[in-house]
Amino acid sequence: MPDLPRPAAEGLPTRFAEWFATRGWEARAHQLDLLRLAGSGRSALLVAPTGAGKTLAGFLPSLVALAGNGPGKARGLHTLYVSPLKALAVDIARNLEAPIAEMGLDIRVETRTGDTPAHKRTRQIARPPDILLTTPEQLSLLIAHREAADLFGRLRCVVLDELHALVTSKRGDLLSLALARLHRLSPDLTALGLSATVREPDELRRYLVPQARPAEAEAHETPEPDSPGTRRREGTRRGGTRRAEAVIPAPAPDPGPPMAELVVVRGGAAADLRMLDTGLRLPLAGHTAWQSMPAIYDLIRQHRTVLVFVNTRLQAEYTFQELWRLNDDVLPIALHHGSLDATQRRRVEAAMAAGQLRAIVCTATLDLGIDWGDVDLVINIGAPKGASRIMQRIGRANHRMDEPSKAYLVPGNRFEMLECQAALDAVEAAAQDTPDARLGAPDVLAQHVLGMACADAFDPLRLYEEIVSAAPYAGLTWEAFEQVVDYVATGGYALRAYERFAKILRGPDGLWRVRDARVAQQYRMNVGTIIEATKVKVRLARALRGRPGSVLPKTGRVLGEIEEDFAETLTVGDTFLFAGEVLRFEGLAEDEAMVTKAGPGTDPAIPSYAGAKFPLSTFLAARVRALIADPFEWDRLPRQVSDYLLQQRSRSILPGPRDLLVETFPRGGRFYLTAFPFEGRLAHQTLGMLLTRRLERARLRPLGFAANDYGIAIWTGRDVGERIGFEPGFLAELFAQDMLGDDLEAWLDESAMMKRTFRQCAVIAGLIERRYPGQKKTGRQVTISTDLIYDVLRKHQPDHLLLRAARQDAATGLLDVKRLGMMLQRIQGRIIHKALDRVSPLSVSVMLEIGRERVYGEGADEILAEAEALLLEEALS
Amino acid sequence: MNDAPAPSPEDAILALGQRLEKTTKAPGLHLAGETLTLDRCGGLWIEAHRTLIVSDLHLEKGSAYAARSGQFLPPYDTRETLACLHEAVVRFDPARVVALGDSFHDSRGPERMEPGDRAMVAALQEGRDWVWIAGNHDHAVTEGVGGRYAETLALGGLTLRHEPGVGAAAGEIAGHLHPCGKVAMRGRAVRRRCFVSDGHRLIMPAFGAYTGGLNVRNAAFEPLFPNGFTAHLLGDGRVFAIGRTMLARD
Repeated sequence: MPDLPRPAAEGLPTRFAEWFATRGWEARAHQLDLLRLAGSGRSALLVAPTGAGKTLAGFLPSLVALAGNGPGKARGLHTLYVSPLKALAVDIARNLEAPIAEMGLDIRVETRTGDTPAHKRTRQIARPPDILLTTPEQLSLLIAHREAADLFGRLRCVVLDELHALVTSKRGDLLSLALARLHRLSPDLTALGLSATVREPDELRRYLVPQARPAEAEAHETPEPDSPGTRRREGTRRGGTRRAEAVIPAPAPDPGPPMAELVVVRGGAAADLRMLDTGLRLPLAGHTAWQSMPAIYDLIRQHRTVLVFVNTRLQAEYTFQELWRLNDDVLPIALHHGSLDATQRRRVEAAMAAGQLRAIVCTATLDLGIDWGDVDLVINIGAPKGASRIMQRIGRANHRMDEPSKAYLVPGNRFEMLECQAALDAVEAAAQDTPDARLGAPDVLAQHVLGMACADAFDPLRLYEEIVSAAPYAGLTWEAFEQVVDYVATGGYALRAYERFAKILRGPDGLWRVRDARVAQQYRMNVGTIIEATKVKVRLARALRGRPGSVLPKTGRVLGEIEEDFAETLTVGDTFLFAGEVLRFEGLAEDEAMVTKAGPGTDPAIPSYAGAKFPLSTFLAARVRALIADPFEWDRLPRQVSDYLLQQRSRSILPGPRDLLVETFPRGGRFYLTAFPFEGRLAHQTLGMLLTRRLERARLRPLGFAANDYGIAIWTGRDVGERIGFEPGFLAELFAQDMLGDDLEAWLDESAMMKRTFRQCAVIAGLIERRYPGQKKTGRQVTISTDLIYDVLRKHQPDHLLLRAARQDAATGLLDVKRLGMMLQRIQGRIIHKALDRVSPLSVSVMLEIGRERVYGEGADEILAEAEALLLEEALS
Repeated sequence: MNDAPAPSPEDAILALGQRLEKTTKAPGLHLAGETLTLDRCGGLWIEAHRTLIVSDLHLEKGSAYAARSGQFLPPYDTRETLACLHEAVVRFDPARVVALGDSFHDSRGPERMEPGDRAMVAALQEGRDWVWIAGNHDHAVTEGVGGRYAETLALGGLTLRHEPGVGAAAGEIAGHLHPCGKVAMRGRAVRRRCFVSDGHRLIMPAFGAYTGGLNVRNAAFEPLFPNGFTAHLLGDGRVFAIGRTMLARD
């Protein structure tokens, strides 16, 4: 173990050293490192695998400092701990009680979450504890409080847990802004970040400490803080400065942006990770892994406690059902996903913590969270999608880092076997594919600016400087900041219609103030960046006999929630899989979906309700491409996969790792074009939309397209292969990078995904009010659909802040435009066309996606298997 | 491409709903002996009287929200609504335009209107009989916005008023309810504004850019159409007549 304890003396007070000794522990090197760094006032990032004692390392400096302080009634808040999960904050508060009590320390630890009662919240402001544990949203509320300056004025330390999970989202943007405010309220603050292993620790190191002011602001002479006259001319003077900069010689070499110290704990024992190969032939498409269910059940029988991870809620439901079908031993196997009723989830978690369960089938909801020491096996069904995600999941087993975690990857089809092999290689090489650092979102900034006005009157220049000290916003220009302030004040419209209703007003002293208490109240109701899809409760109802379609409402228990969008597509009599059962939809009563249990043997007719599907990571995609391109690597693959690749090589071509293979062939009176960029379903769907437009302009009559994680298939009414043959530049032009220009814009504007993205930005930025679960619909005319707002805004002010925010999200989020752009660049001059007279083995996999998106269940799988058999026969004949 | 433009996916769903229902009605509709043209913009054209009817414009709804609740919706709803109306006026060149009530979202709406939008209204009124029917949102407030004002209007055998009356005589055309119809099919749902009629009376869709809708399966429609109705949903390319059995609740 690289992490050998040093002599206990080093910085650790006797009381602590003794306490470690009574527990039979010794302080670990990284715990002492953090103690030393924080003790000398330096911020630090601790990167460690699970089970390394990360949390204790984060709190040790504060406990030591507070223990040395002696008793004092009015010490003020010393340490703030922020966790992405409410449950984690509560759990850690409990874990801190033991050392504090056992060492007899006079330290008060409290949590503050959405569940904290009002009287306690008030008291926490008036008489804060020494250590407060909370979530990013609650922190935002706290710094927007009128008393924030007093509350945080003597804050010494902030601990950010699971930082790797926070920084990749808008929540991370919001937290970075809160952190910037904390650094300003308490300039000597030490920030400690705790993170799992990440690809670019430097990004997290920058996140923790205030970034230097941009050169532009440095060059600019800061006006005297109390002369209102200078401020009016701010804009023009800045503009002048920047223009002048063009002729100023380059400054001295950049020492690089400020970063926190780095403490790294190397991984413990290597994970014992394998691909589950049952020897059965896997299909070319489909993700259910139904062939492997008996093997998975056997693994559950052979282990103490197993976590079975899947990628979608639908798959969780399916797997849970299949395992219970096999469960002759009646093992306690439970289900856990985000749509289930919260009390049911808590019950499952409690049973797990008490060691009463043998297996939990779960989605990403259990990727992070409370330690369960007893898990001795992790199974991941379906494609791993990302190396870091799979490592995080493996880490959920055996939360002691000195013992190897044991895990199986279970592929659902032959392509997923390739992906599993690529993930095994990545884990072996300890390679990470965590996402890139984010550019701070403007909608989040708008929310924060209003919060800062609620806290106190603000000077725009000082607030700007504070905001650009947050790493995600380091590149924010003064003009962009002014636009955000304008948005907060009056909506940011070119048509100055709302001046007299402004939410924040600039006084003669140059400071911005919130208009009234109602605006502050609105801010508090809207804080946070997590936009839950509007959901309706699913409640069991009793069907009335003799009156088909009528039910006794509100009679049964609530099973959970489904997205309103999904509920809206249901008609009475539809059956669907939910909470481990096949349910029959009986109608909506008020805001609840009434269901009854469908008769035994009923197949669910409606395929799915929404649930996150992760796209294949760029990194893993590159590994899959490399694996395919190199036949010398194939002996590591299961035989059925290498056979399949051999067939592809003899029928068509296997593309090189950087190439794009395009195949064309006729089939059933239509013409097909397939392409294999391996860039994930989202990027491929966008690509499909754009290629269809181009093929239409080329009069090739595109009729439809299908996409999966590996490729796309487009079918046309005219022979696209022939066209490629006689017009040499045609294919290069078809895939030319400029498709991301006007075509993309035109398509994006109409896309439902874009509207959904816009809605989220509008809610975060406070344009429209959040709807809370359980809040009743208030009838017509009260709520305005964001689609209507989007259409009007797009037409009349296409460069509005919120539209820009939505486009920025689309680039990386649902539409993965950024990734598509990188792919188009990669394949320039590397497109390989193969005209075939029939479908190739590689193309079969994506052809099977046609019409599949909304087909599910056993019956459907049979049909698909049949279709697949026919197609393969055709390909190999 | 040589082929006609493909219908939008939404229209495809609506067409499917219409076909399954087997309602094959002509785009025209007859009410009290008059022939009505249901336009996909949400307006109603009566050729015999050269009259264009639009309902529930809710002008200045955006600014009403800003004034009342501090929600800054894009302040372009009035000009958007007027632009759609302008497009219909150019197409039909009516001698008379009837705004069937709730033309302004609230009684202070006309005061808040931008000068440019006010000029647009004046231009639309130029050379035409312009009738503001009283609504519940804007009762008797059309000062300074031109045109004439009426509680109701008779047009041949037709009676035009804002709120539909239960048990009204045949030939009533009203608005007020903002009807919307939803077709749910093959895992997709399409919800659109619609005209609703049973051949005796007609309820108009809301025309305003920010006007939401009330599902025609809502109980509010039952007393008005005791013998059922057909909803005429505004598709992207045309109007789709869809019978009640094919219409889903929200």
